[in-house]
Amino acid sequence: MVTEMMVLLAKVVFIFALCIGAVPFCVWFERRGSAWMQGRLGPNRLGPFGLFQLVADMIKFFFKESFIPQNSHKFLYLLAPAIALVPPMAAIASIPFCSEIHLVNLNVGVLLILAFTGLEIYPIILSGWASNNKYSMLGALRASSQLISYEISMSMALLSMLLVYGTFDLTEIIRYQQEHHWGVLLNPLAALIFWVATYAETNRLPFDLAEGDSEIVAGYHLEYGAMKFAIFFMSEYVAMIMVSAFLVTLFFGGYALLPGMSWVVSASGKAFLLPVFELFSFFLKVAFFMFLFVWVRWSLPRFRFDQLMHLGWNILFPLSLANLLLMGAVAYFLR
Amino acid sequence: MSTGNIKTTNVSRPYTWKERLYLLTIPKGFLVTLRYFIRGFFLRKSNTISYPEERRNYSERFRGMHFISLDENKLENCTACYLCQTVCPAKCITITAEERDPKENPVGVAKEKRPKAFDIDALRCCFCGMCEEACPKDAIKMSRNYELAVHTREMAMYDLKHLSREVKNRG
Ligand code: SF4
Ligand code: SF4
Repeated sequence: MVTEMMVLLAKVVFIFALCIGAVPFCVWFERRGSAWMQGRLGPNRLGPFGLFQLVADMIKFFFKESFIPQNSHKFLYLLAPAIALVPPMAAIASIPFCSEIHLVNLNVGVLLILAFTGLEIYPIILSGWASNNKYSMLGALRASSQLISYEISMSMALLSMLLVYGTFDLTEIIRYQQEHHWGVLLNPLAALIFWVATYAETNRLPFDLAEGDSEIVAGYHLEYGAMKFAIFFMSEYVAMIMVSAFLVTLFFGGYALLPGMSWVVSASGKAFLLPVFELFSFFLKVAFFMFLFVWVRWSLPRFRFDQLMHLGWNILFPLSLANLLLMGAVAYFLR
Repeated sequence: MSTGNIKTTNVSRPYTWKERLYLLTIPKGFLVTLRYFIRGFFLRKSNTISYPEERRNYSERFRGMHFISLDENKLENCTACYLCQTVCPAKCITITAEERDPKENPVGVAKEKRPKAFDIDALRCCFCGMCEEACPKDAIKMSRNYELAVHTREMAMYDLKHLSREVKNRG
């Protein structure tokens, strides 16, 4: 009993440390990467490569005045940031990092992740409503309508892959991809739809309609400051890491070794190297998609809201539906 | 309100199918940002000037903080003729003239008159350079110093002492 609790605690601490540790680096890369893409320098003063800038920012967030607007709904206002980090972190926990590290091993891992991504809407809508501010409300409404619209095409793309894999278990999915091909080769269209939908899911550019400095200022977290804002900010990045990891698991073989690595492992003949290299390939794949997030953000202009809805409902939805039917037929006849 | 027979013409061009597809044009934009990313990340090049350490070299004609030029005896060239005060569109120059003490005047008649006080309100000045143009003695000049920030309003009132500081080659 005690050891079980200890293991559980260790897992919680691990996932927490992982997310909290990865986010500052992502933010650092977001800022410096954007600078490089625009011919600027970015924050480069504090520490090596400006890495300590994030530490300074964190300290600032901690010591800023914690302010609650007078006419807000106090309980919900405080509840929203309190639960903001939970869904993405819980979803990350159920993704296998390598064949040895799989924190929450369920045979319905895909469903669990979908359920938690669905929950991501709650902190947003709560914060928007509880702040009692027009802009926050509009931002929250935008974010939620966008999340719901793109969740449909995302799930369709996901379903078409599940037809191929025939399981909800993420480890099984990865094993299937190790034995056959990566999901992206089996069904590139689903991968593309899923990838586009992840941007809408995480409210990232070019779909960051939940924020808009010129029309609704900062959107749903407009009334939040100090650490409460930082938590929203962090949850966005954790959600990005989460969807990248999910995308990698579904379409890019998860922790399956990158081409060439299996040769290195078998040549060295050391069995313990396998999980290390698996972890490394998983990390590289997720890092690539995190880089894509930054790259897309600083390359593409944002959509207008009606264009966003048009893309979601008139293009991605029929496309993913047709793709699902096609994959269903293919899976039926090949079985 | 009657609109009469006004016809409106739609001048916007319909999108071609390539533009409508959107996906084909995206890689172009990606390549541009990728090129800059490589330039910044691997080649460490950027267009930023890290200001306090690096400074931009402005043109020779740059109009910055005023100064009054001195002759070889460290006497200011100004003869308090009031031309600059008259021409200044912002009315920010205030001069008080007096006779120079003959004992400490080695150049004699050329510099009999001198400014007792010469104040420029830099907060009102629009840096048009008219004073510099008007001056018959090439006395008031504008340096290339563009760091004009000060801590108090009083520090932005340039007095004679401040103006007749030594500025080499317009700074
Ligand atoms: S630069 Fe123009 S505004 Fe400034 S003191 Fe000279 S004449 Fe006046
Ligand atoms: S600075 Fe030049 S224009 Fe102004 S009072 Fe002196 S001599 Fe005359």
